[in-house]
Amino acid sequence: MQTGLMHEMGVRALRLGIPMAVQLDITYRCNERCVHCYLDHDDHGEMTTSEIEGLIDQMADAGVFFLTISGGEILLRKDFFHILEYARKKSFCVKLKTNALLIGEKEAERIRSLAVESVQVSIYSHRAEVHDAITKVPGSLERSINAIRFLREHGLHVIIANVLMVQNFGDYPGVRALAAELGVQCTIDPTITPMMDGNRAILNMGIDRKSLAEVFQDTALVAEMPELCGVPLTPDEEVLDSTPCSAGHTACYVSPYGDVYPCVQFPYATGNVRKEKFLDIWNYSPQMNEVRSITIRDLTNCSVCVHGGSCTRCPGLAFMEGNMRGPSTADCEKSFARTGIPSENLKRKMSSPPSLVQISF
Amino acid sequence: MTEKRYVARDTHVASRLMGGEMMIMSTRDSTLFTLNGVASVIWEAADGKTPLDEIVSEQICKEYDVAPEQAMMDAETLVEQLAGHGIMIVSDQQIAPRENSEVNPK
Repeated sequence: MQTGLMHEMGVRALRLGIPMAVQLDITYRCNERCVHCYLDHDDHGEMTTSEIEGLIDQMADAGVFFLTISGGEILLRKDFFHILEYARKKSFCVKLKTNALLIGEKEAERIRSLAVESVQVSIYSHRAEVHDAITKVPGSLERSINAIRFLREHGLHVIIANVLMVQNFGDYPGVRALAAELGVQCTIDPTITPMMDGNRAILNMGIDRKSLAEVFQDTALVAEMPELCGVPLTPDEEVLDSTPCSAGHTACYVSPYGDVYPCVQFPYATGNVRKEKFLDIWNYSPQMNEVRSITIRDLTNCSVCVHGGSCTRCPGLAFMEGNMRGPSTADCEKSFARTGIPSENLKRKMSSPPSLVQISF
Repeated sequence: MTEKRYVARDTHVASRLMGGEMMIMSTRDSTLFTLNGVASVIWEAADGKTPLDEIVSEQICKEYDVAPEQAMMDAETLVEQLAGHGIMIVSDQQIAPRENSEVNPK
């Protein structure tokens, strides 16, 4: 994909206030039970087929171009192919996220015929004992790999998504080798997201500081090491006036229940498409406009942090940490791992005196 | 008499009008294209049933200050280029609608 035109498209969407990219989760139900998953897999009243069709119509009218259909496991919905076909008829650029357990040759052929742009499949390890222990589904690695082969045989663009956690940290080179053998792209992500209800217990599965540094210093992963890992420039006026990320600016997220958030990783409720029009929420929701109003200059800690202009700070993770204008410690850790320079937030945490009240066992 | 030519958007594309320009992505290789306003009119009208000369005379010449011969030449060049990139089908016969191709990408 050409970055120049893509960048231009993003700039235009930002200028025109167009939600260029939407992730739509059509279900939270899943046939895997991944240990690090942030979702509640019970069905609390998913949108019906006709509700989703109506939403797709509204999103097309609003100018949405990239539509990522995700979940939960998308193929658990009996109307999945109907939804996909409907979205393609509306000329969206559709990307799918799936564990691929339900994709056989027939499904791969159907996905190809509907001209999906890419299919992202979660693979946690090249070793079944590790992958299957994370998904809690025996045989899941083999099934996912078989599905990837079917998708590739039909010429589809497949991306393996490899989330790093304590359980699989050492296996990412093996996953990358597997991806190369299958002829697919591989992305690695060390981010564990808190549960959508705010429970942060699963963050304990995140890799530690030393492992994170190993990832960022791995020359096999990072092509432009000096640029990525060098001493960052102090944010200038232009950076301070810029916005943190695309969430709420050119992108948003819709849950299976119709709730609209700035991003899948930013559970700040801005409205519900069962009660309001998608475009009304996008344009007029006070919450969406609040997110939109925040510049780097408004961020406590980050506006005076040396990493302010180069950090991958996720406003959603900051929100889940308690303040959408505050730091996202997970991203502070990434900046530290990249450069060896602690963020303002980490410096503060490191210098904090230990709690006065301690319990020992 | 010159043969009629018909044009249709390929099924392996995604497209959306953004700020008066058509953004098009080939889902075969994720290549991105943009069309200016006039080219976007032809893209949107490329339903496989309307002859190209009719699209030009009815939708271009009536809307824009351009000589019909010049407009037709430019349109021919455009559709050949798009066909060369695999995102448009050009035929001397009507092109039957196929999966994903029925809807106008506004």
